[in-house]
Amino acid sequence: MSRYVLPLIAVLVMIPILILGLQSDPSKLPSQYIGKPAPEFSLQTLQDPSRTLSSADLVGRVSLVNIWGTWCVGCRAEHGFLMTLAEQKKIPIYGINWRDNRQEALQWLEQYGDPYVASGFDQDGRVGIDWGAYGAPETFLINAEGRVVYRFPGPLNASVWEQQFAPLIAGMSQ
Amino acid sequence: MIPEIGHFALILALALAACQAVLPMVGAQRNDTTMMSIARSAAYGQFLFIAISFGCLIYAFLHDDFSVLYVASHSQLALPTPYKVSAVWSAHEGSLLMWILILSIWTMAVAHFRGDRPQKLDARVLSVLGMLSVGFLLFALLTSNPFERLIPAALDGGDLNPLLQDPGLAIHPPILYVGYVGFSVAFAFAIAAMISGELDQNWARWTRPWTVIAWSFLTIGIALGSWWAYYELGWGGWWFWDAVENASFMPWLIGTALIHSLAVTESRGLFKSWTLLLAITAFSLSLLGTFLVRSGIIVSVHAFATDPTRGYFILTFLAIVVIGALILYAWRAPALDSSVGFGLLSRETFLLLNNVLLVVATTLVLLGTLAPLIVEMTSGGKISIGAPWFEVAFLVPMIPLVMLLGLGMHTAWRRQNTAPWQKLLRLPAIAAVVVGILLPLLFYGRVGLMLAVGTIAAVWIFFSSLIQPIRSWRRAPGNAGITRSALGMCIAHFGMGLFVLGATIVSAFGIESDRSLSIGESVEVAGLEFELRELRDVTGPNYSAIEGVIEVRRDGEFVTTMRPQKRQYLVQKSWMTEAGIYPRWNKDLFVALGDQLGGGAWSVRIQYKPMIRFIWIGAFVMAMGGLISVTDRRYRRRAIPEPAV
Repeated sequence: MSRYVLPLIAVLVMIPILILGLQSDPSKLPSQYIGKPAPEFSLQTLQDPSRTLSSADLVGRVSLVNIWGTWCVGCRAEHGFLMTLAEQKKIPIYGINWRDNRQEALQWLEQYGDPYVASGFDQDGRVGIDWGAYGAPETFLINAEGRVVYRFPGPLNASVWEQQFAPLIAGMSQ
Repeated sequence: MIPEIGHFALILALALAACQAVLPMVGAQRNDTTMMSIARSAAYGQFLFIAISFGCLIYAFLHDDFSVLYVASHSQLALPTPYKVSAVWSAHEGSLLMWILILSIWTMAVAHFRGDRPQKLDARVLSVLGMLSVGFLLFALLTSNPFERLIPAALDGGDLNPLLQDPGLAIHPPILYVGYVGFSVAFAFAIAAMISGELDQNWARWTRPWTVIAWSFLTIGIALGSWWAYYELGWGGWWFWDAVENASFMPWLIGTALIHSLAVTESRGLFKSWTLLLAITAFSLSLLGTFLVRSGIIVSVHAFATDPTRGYFILTFLAIVVIGALILYAWRAPALDSSVGFGLLSRETFLLLNNVLLVVATTLVLLGTLAPLIVEMTSGGKISIGAPWFEVAFLVPMIPLVMLLGLGMHTAWRRQNTAPWQKLLRLPAIAAVVVGILLPLLFYGRVGLMLAVGTIAAVWIFFSSLIQPIRSWRRAPGNAGITRSALGMCIAHFGMGLFVLGATIVSAFGIESDRSLSIGESVEVAGLEFELRELRDVTGPNYSAIEGVIEVRRDGEFVTTMRPQKRQYLVQKSWMTEAGIYPRWNKDLFVALGDQLGGGAWSVRIQYKPMIRFIWIGAFVMAMGGLISVTDRRYRRRAIPEPAV
C-alpha cells in the first residue's frame, strides 16, 4: 500500500505551492513611485501645442493619469469605461498620449469622445518611461498631494474600478 | 455571424464531450454494448464541431474581423496572410482552441484505429478522453472565449507579436501540442486499465504506439522551438532552461522513460504499476506545463498574457485530474503488480536504470523550475535559477544514461551471459574511445575530460546502435533480420548520438564575440574576417529595417555575405533582431546587429557554432526512429471480425 500512495502525497504537497504562486502574480509589480511624488514632466497638450500639461497640474485634488495610444487595442477596450467615469465627474482624468501620432490621436478623441481633462503628447515616449509604464494602457491613481497611490496595468473596467480603485479613493476622502 | 457559429459549435462539442465522458463508462460497467458504442460516434461528432469552431476563428483572422477582440488584439491588416493563420494560435485563447482541436483529433484516431482491442477497453479510454475534453472545453468557454466581440469594432488590429512572425513559430506550437496532448492517450489507457483492473502485455502493446507517436511529435516540437529560439531571439543559444522550455522538456523526459518502461511491460509483463505511474505523470506534466504558461505564475519570454482566473481554473482542473488519477493508482495499482524475477545483468535492469536516471533528471528540472516560486514564498525574495545550475545538474544523470544506453541495447531479457556480450561489444567500445578522443583533437585541435566524455559517449552510441542493423543487413549467422520496432529503436538511439555529439562540440568549441564595427571596419573571429560593408534601409510589409551587409573572408578569400537586420515593426513599435546565419552541415556562422554605438559604429554579435545542426538533426532522427518503430507488424493486428447478429 504505502509506496503506491507516495506520488499522491507528493502532489498534495506541490499544489499549495502552486496556489500560493498564483497569488503572487508577477504582473502586479508595484510601481517604484508608489507613495512618492509623481515623476516630473511637462508635455505639450494634444489639442494645443502652445499649452502644457505638467506634474504641477496633478497637485490639488485626487486624479487619474491614464497612459494611452491609438495603436493600443487595450486602450480602445477601456475607452468606453473612461467615458462613463468622465461623465460622472467624480475624478479628473489626465491622459498621456504615448508614442502616438497627433493627428490620429485627435481623430480618435473626436470619434470616440474625450474623457480627459487634458492629454499630454508624449511622442518620443520619455514621460511614459519615467512613469515606469511598460505597456499601454496603464492607469495611475494620484492623491491630492500629487503622490502616486496605485498603479494598474491593463484596460480598466467597472469591476476593476469597484474592487481596486473605489476603496482607495473612499479611503483618501475620509 | 461566423464567430457566433464558432462559439455555438464549441458549446455543441461540449455537450457531445459530456456524453462521451459518461455514457461509455457506464456502459462498460454494465456490459451495455449500445452505450459503449456511443463513444465512437461522439468522438467523431466532437471533432466535427471543434473543427468548425477552429475554422470559424481562422475565417475571422483571414477576413480581418476586428469586431472579434482576439483578432483585433493579435492581427493587423498588413500582416502577411500565412501569419494571419498562425496568429490564430499565437496567444492564449486561440492556442487553447488548438489544444482542444488536437485532443479531438487524437480521440478520433483512437476511436478509428481499433486494432484488436476489446470494446470495453475502448469505451473506457474514450470516456477518459471525453472527460479531459469536457475540462478543456469548459476552460475555453468559461474563461477564454476566443470569439468574444469588441463593440464597436476596431479599425485596425494591434498586430501579432513580431517575435512570432516567423515560419518556425508558425509550425512549432501545433507540432509541440500534438506531442503534449498525445500523452493524454497513454493517460486514458492507464486510467482504463486501473478501472478494469486488467493490465496484461496486450495492454502495453495497445498503449505503446500511441505513446511513441506522441513522443516523436513532442521531440520534433521541442527541437523546432529550440531552432526558432536560436535564430529569432538573436542570442545564438539553442536551449535556455527557461521555465516554459522546461515545461515542455519534463513531459518529454518522462515520456522517454514511459516508452522504455512500456517496452518492459509489453515484452515481460513487468514494471506494470511503474508504467501506469509514468503514464499519469507524463500527462500531468503536460497539464502542469499548460498551467505554468497560462497562469502567469512564472515570468518567461513565452508566457501568455496573465490572468489569475485562468490560473485558478487550470489549477483546479489539474488538481482534479492528477489527484483523481493518483487516488485510483494508490487503490488499484498494488493488485496489478506481478512479481517475476530477472537477473541482475539483464535488459530489465538496464531499462530500470534508464527510468531511474530519467526520473532523476526530470526531478532536477522540476526543482529548478519551481525553486524561484518556493523561495519567493518562504523568504519573499525573488531568485532566478540560471542555465549554469541546470547545465551541471542535468549532466549528472545524463552521462551514465548515454553511457549505459549502448550496453542496454545489446543485453538480453531475463539474464545475459557476459561472454558473448564482451565478444560483441569489446571492439565497438575500444573504437569509441579512440575515435571519441581523436575526433576533437584532429578537427578542433584540443581535447579535455568533459569534452572527451561527450564525444566518446556519442561515438559509442553510434557504434552500438549500428551493430544490429549491420548484422541483419549482412545476414550474419544466427540473425533472423530486424523488426521494424528494433530498427526504429536503433535509429532513435543513433539520433541521440548525433544530438550528444552536436551539443558537446558546440559547447566546447563555440565562439561568441561582441564587437563594435563601423562601415569599412573588420574584425577577426574564429579565423574568419568579418567586414561591415554597408548599412542599408530595408522596408518589409509591416516593418522597416536596418540591414548590415557583412562580408566574410577566410585568408582574404570570399566566403559569404551575411545580412543581419534590425527590424522595427510599425504597429507595435518594437525592435526585433533578425540574425544573419550562414549554415553549413558542420558549422554555423551567426551575426546579429546589436545597438548603435556613437560615431556610426554598431555593436555586432558574431558567433561561430560548430556542429550545432547536429542537435536538431539528431532530434529529428530520434523522432523518425520512433515513427518507424510504430509501423511494426504487431501493432497493426486487427480484431477478428465479429459474426453478424
